[in-house]
Amino acid sequence: MKRIGIDVGGTNTDAVLIDGETVISAIKFPTTSDVMKGVVDAIGHVMASEPANASPVDAVMIGTTHFTNAVVERARLERVGAIRIAMPAGASLPPMVDWPDDLRDAVDPLSFMVEGGHEYDGRPLVPLDRDAVRNAAMRIRDAGINSVGITALFSPLTTKCETEAAEIVRSVIPDACITLSHTLGRIGLLERENVTLLNTALQGLGQRTVDAFAKALKESGIHAPFYLTQNDGTVVLAEVAAANPVYSFASGPTNSMRGAAFLTGLKEAMVIDVGGTTSDIGCLVGGFPREANNVVEVGGVRTLFRMPDLLPIALGGGTIIDADRGTIGPRSVGYNITREALVFGGSTLTTTDVAVAAGLVEIGDRDRVKHLDQSTVAALLKRIEKMVEDNVDRMKTSAEGVQLIAVGGGSFLIPEKLAGVSEVLRVEHAGVANALGAAMAQVSGEVDQVFSEMSRDAAIAEAEKLARERAMEAGAQVGTITTLDTEDIPIAYLPGDARRVRVRVVGDIAFDERRKVA
Amino acid sequence: MIRDFEAEEIDPLAVGAWILGTGGGGSPYLAQLNLKKLYRDGRKCRLIDPLALDDNDAVAVVSKMGAPLVGQERLVDPAHLARAMKLMEEYTGKPFRAVMSVEIGGGNALSPFLAGAMLDVPVVDADAMGRAYPEAQMTSFAIGDLQMYPLTLIDCRDNEAIVAKAASWNWMERISRKVCTEVGSTSATCKAPRTGKEVKEWGVLHTVTKATSLGRAVLDARARHTDPVAAVLEHEDGVVLFKGKITDVDRTTTGGFLRGSAKIEGLDDDRGSTLELSFQNEWAVAFRDGEAIAMTPDLICLLDTMSGEAIGTETVRYGQRVTAVALPAPAVLQTPKGLEHVGPRAFGYDLEFKSVFAS
Repeated sequence: MKRIGIDVGGTNTDAVLIDGETVISAIKFPTTSDVMKGVVDAIGHVMASEPANASPVDAVMIGTTHFTNAVVERARLERVGAIRIAMPAGASLPPMVDWPDDLRDAVDPLSFMVEGGHEYDGRPLVPLDRDAVRNAAMRIRDAGINSVGITALFSPLTTKCETEAAEIVRSVIPDACITLSHTLGRIGLLERENVTLLNTALQGLGQRTVDAFAKALKESGIHAPFYLTQNDGTVVLAEVAAANPVYSFASGPTNSMRGAAFLTGLKEAMVIDVGGTTSDIGCLVGGFPREANNVVEVGGVRTLFRMPDLLPIALGGGTIIDADRGTIGPRSVGYNITREALVFGGSTLTTTDVAVAAGLVEIGDRDRVKHLDQSTVAALLKRIEKMVEDNVDRMKTSAEGVQLIAVGGGSFLIPEKLAGVSEVLRVEHAGVANALGAAMAQVSGEVDQVFSEMSRDAAIAEAEKLARERAMEAGAQVGTITTLDTEDIPIAYLPGDARRVRVRVVGDIAFDERRKVA
Repeated sequence: MIRDFEAEEIDPLAVGAWILGTGGGGSPYLAQLNLKKLYRDGRKCRLIDPLALDDNDAVAVVSKMGAPLVGQERLVDPAHLARAMKLMEEYTGKPFRAVMSVEIGGGNALSPFLAGAMLDVPVVDADAMGRAYPEAQMTSFAIGDLQMYPLTLIDCRDNEAIVAKAASWNWMERISRKVCTEVGSTSATCKAPRTGKEVKEWGVLHTVTKATSLGRAVLDARARHTDPVAAVLEHEDGVVLFKGKITDVDRTTTGGFLRGSAKIEGLDDDRGSTLELSFQNEWAVAFRDGEAIAMTPDLICLLDTMSGEAIGTETVRYGQRVTAVALPAPAVLQTPKGLEHVGPRAFGYDLEFKSVFAS
C-alpha cells in the first residue's frame, strides 16, 4: 500500500513516500508563496526514486494550515448568511455576538433568528417557522450570499430542524454551500454556532484549496484518491474535507503527533513538536492526540469541537535570545532563520545558535558562534531544559516518568534528560514526522449526544453503534474499526437518568471501495 | 447611596462571582455577554447600598434556575428575568424598589443586573448566600425563617407560573423545580419578595462590591504578572488548602444533583499527599489523606494555579494544575441554625462543622 503524505506548513512543506510501513523517501522544502508549486515540487522529489515501472501510489494525504491562517489573517473568507433556529430562546445574544469586530466585519454576516428548535429531551421547543426560514433564504439570496450556516437548538440531539431548514434554503438557493451545526459541534449553542459560521465562511476557500491540490496532483501525474488530515489525527476524502474546513484547523501538530506514534510504535507517550517559532506539547492516548475538553479559541472566537489538547510554548529553533538579559523568546526570527541566525551569517542570536555552540547539532557555520561564552551557553541550555520540563509536567496526568518523543525541525533543542521524563526518544525522519503522520492516518466517527431513559451501558452501546456507522460513512473498513475513547457525564437537574455520551472510533481506510468512488 | 455600576466593572464581577461560586452556580460567561451587550445598547445599572433601603421597600430576588447544560443552549435572556419580576409586581400589586441576587456565586450573580438594566431598577449590593448553593432552603432568608412564597417562574415561551404558597422552603424548592423541569429545565424566577428590613437583617451584605473587587484583584495580578491565587487569598483572608494536579474525577447524578469527587495529587509542599474534593454541585468537603480539613459552609474554591481562574465541578478535568483554597463563610451560615441548612450534615456528610478559620 503506497501512500504520499504531505504537510503544508507556514514555514515548510514536507513530503514522504511510504510503502506499507517503510519510508521510501522524504523531503523538506521551504513553503513558497505559490503553495501548489511547492506541493508539485515536493511530490516530484519523493517520486524521483521510484522506478518507471513501479506500482502506482494508492493514496495521497495532505495536511494544511491554510484554513487556520485564513481565520487568523481575516482573509479569503466568504460573506456569511447565518440562520439560527432557536427563537424565542436566545434572542438576546444574536449570532457572532462574541466575535472580534474585525473578524465579524470580514465575514459581513446577514443574520436571522427564527422560531423552532428542540429541547434536551427531543420535544420541539416551538414549531419550526418555515416561512421565516424561506424569507431569510430569499434575503440571503438577494444579498448575493451563497454560504449559509444553520444552527438549531439542541441539534446534536435532534437534527430535524436543521435538515428541514437546509431543504428550504436549497429550494431558494439551489447551489448554496450550507453548513449544519450538528455535523460539527457539540452542546453549547454559541460555541457550536461559532464553529458553524467559521466553517461557512471557509467553505469557498475549502473548495478552491481542494481543487488546487487536485490540479497539483494531476500535474505530478498522480491519479490516486486524496485525503485531507483532520484535527483528531484522522483523514477524510478531500471533497468531504472541502465542506468541513474547520476540521483541519489543528491538523499540523496532530500530524506530527501521529507521526511520532508511528515512528516509535508507542501508543501512550508525550510528544513535543519543535518548530521554528513555537513548540507544541501533546499527549498520545491509544496512538492519537488526547482531545481538548474545553473551549478552544480560534482567531479570537470561542469554539467547542474536536481539537487536540495542545500546550503551545514560545520555544522554537528560531527563538530569539537576549544574551545580556539571559532571556529566551518569546519573539522568533521564524522562517527568516536561514538569513538572520548567527550560524547562517545573520546577526540575531537564536536558540539554534546556542545549540550549535554547545555541539548539540551541526547546522550552518559553527565558527560564527565560537565567540559565545561556554558558561552563558550552558546557562541558556539549562533554562531551555527548565522550560521544557515545566511544560511537559503541566500536560502529564500521572506522577510517573513518561516517555517523551521529540520531533520537528528543532527537536535538537530537547535535552537528553528531563525531570519527570523516563526517556527522551529521538527517531529517524523526526523532521518530517508531520508528513508521516498524514500518510499513516485513519478515518474516524464521532458521537456526542444526550441519552435518557436508558441504562449507562445501553447509552454507551448506542453511542458506539452510531459512531461506527459514521466511521463507515466516512470510508472506514468495517473489520478495522476500534473505539478510541468513551466519555459519559451524567447531567445535573435532568430527569430520566440523562447522560451525555461521547464516543470516538477509528478504522483503516477501505481503499478498494473508495477508489471506485474517487 | 446609589451609584452607577460602570461597564468596566462587569468583567471583574464575573471573575469574582465565578470564584465565589465554589465550583457551582454555572459559569457567568453568557450572563456577562448579555450584560455587556445591554451596556453597548445604552442601558446601565445602578448599585444601591442595602443599608439605604427603607424598611418597607419591596426588593425582588431574581435568579435563573435549571440545568447549566440546558442553559448553554437556551441562553439566558434578560427579558425573561425582567418578565419574572414584572409578573411578581402584577401579582403582589407592589412595585419593586430594587432587585437582588439569591446567590453571588456563579452566573446568578449577574441575574439582577440583567433584570435591573432592562427595567431601570437599582441592584442591591447583597445576596442571600455569600456564595453558591443548589437549593432554595440553603439561603440566609430560609435560615431566617422568612416567608418563602410567592414565586414566579417564566419560560421563554408564553408559559408563566406562580407558586402562590408553599408549606416550607423545601416544598417551594420541590414545586418550583418540578415546573422548571417541565418547561425544559431552564427558567427565570422571581423568588419571594423581600422587604428592605428583611434584606438588611438577613441578607449577606455588600457581596457585589466584594465579588467585583475580588475579581479586580485577580485581573490586576494577571496583568502585573504576579500570583493571582495570592491575590485571592490576600483579598479574602483565605488560606491555601492544597496545591497539586487533578488525577481523577468521578461524577454521578443522584436526586438531580451532580455529585462526585476530584482527586488532587500534591505538588511542591504537598508532594506525597492527596486531597480529595467532594462535591454536590459545589465543592463541599476537602479530605487530605482521608481527613476532612475543610467543609461547607466555609468556601472551598478550586483555582487554576497559574491564572487564578475558578474551576467548576462540571469543568474540572485530568491534568489541571490547581490550588484549593478556603475562604471564610458569612456569619449567618455558621450559626447553629445556619449549619442545619448548609452544614456538612445537610449534604449527607456525618461531620461536625469545624471552620478552617476557627482559632
